[in-house]
Amino acid sequence: MSTPKQVPQAYYDLLEQIQAIDFVLVELNLYLDTHPNDAESIQQFNQCSYESRKLKKQFEKQFGPLMHFGYSYSNYPWDWIDVPWPWQV
Amino acid sequence: MDNTNTKYYYPYISPFDPCKPIVIKSYSTPPHLYMGFQPPNLPQFSTAREALFRGTLWPALYDTYPPEKAREE
Amino acid sequence: MWYYEKKLQYPVKVRECNPRLAKYLIEQYGGADGELSAALRYLNQRYTIPNKVVGLLNDIGTEEFAHLEMIATMVYKLTKDATPEQMKAAGLAADYANHDNALFYHNAAGSPWTATYIQAKGDPIADIYEDIAAEEKARATYQWIINLSDDPELNDSLKFLREREIVHSQRFREAAQILMDERDTKQYF
Repeated sequence: MSTPKQVPQAYYDLLEQIQAIDFVLVELNLYLDTHPNDAESIQQFNQCSYESRKLKKQFEKQFGPLMHFGYSYSNYPWDWIDVPWPWQV
Repeated sequence: MDNTNTKYYYPYISPFDPCKPIVIKSYSTPPHLYMGFQPPNLPQFSTAREALFRGTLWPALYDTYPPEKAREE
Repeated sequence: MWYYEKKLQYPVKVRECNPRLAKYLIEQYGGADGELSAALRYLNQRYTIPNKVVGLLNDIGTEEFAHLEMIATMVYKLTKDATPEQMKAAGLAADYANHDNALFYHNAAGSPWTATYIQAKGDPIADIYEDIAAEEKARATYQWIINLSDDPELNDSLKFLREREIVHSQRFREAAQILMDERDTKQYF
């Protein structure tokens, strides 16, 4: 047994890009909840959603699954349970 | 949008108050208090990263804390 | 149902081992105006609110759980590897005696979380106005914790959370407006 390996700087950088685009999605989502007829914002929402998926695919290829219950694919052995968890990094 | 984000008032000071008096007190009045129903097409922060680090997508809803300049008097 | 995503909503960085700050921050974990109260309040109210604002309660309630996780991360990092001596010096000896360095849902004064912190009145206006008040109280709590904290990196995350209270309050105010609107209400003359 030994201390688990630390994640590289690229992990933080790519994660921050995902956090940024996902934050815009949260903001637009709440805004659209009270402005359901704003077509331009819906278009921006869909565009950001597309970019978020692209970034997550790239992240998961390098650092493992972001989501459980079938939203992400797993390598062998099952890598969902790998550290680090978000509160540990 | 000319509303200030901080308001000030002068509490009564008794000669018998034991703690050193705070002459001017302030409290927050963030921009959402004046916005009403958010109008469409408000300007956005230029990058997703900036929006994340500000905590909102729209400069019109952004408020600094602690307030940028404490009023001197 | 919900899905877990292996990321925080916002990066949380903490400069130093500082259990005293954790003692204050726990107010937003298990306190009356904290993130647990917020999440449970909104997600519980959504069952009995008119359809036009259910989505908003659902989504803000969900975001609150992301904030709860950020607060937990701060508390976890501020106390991780803190010795019993450090916990004692920070005024956390009573906590340590019961929980070691584990997190627990209580407020800064040590009172455990209770459902009496939140309400579901079944009256849409009463519920939404409670939610607006809850956001303003949480915003104020973040201000007082920022005033107590001298950790600039932690304060950066706390300022993010304070700003989120402002945006949520804005949305709840819009929800109140939507509930007051005459549109798609049957009018009687």
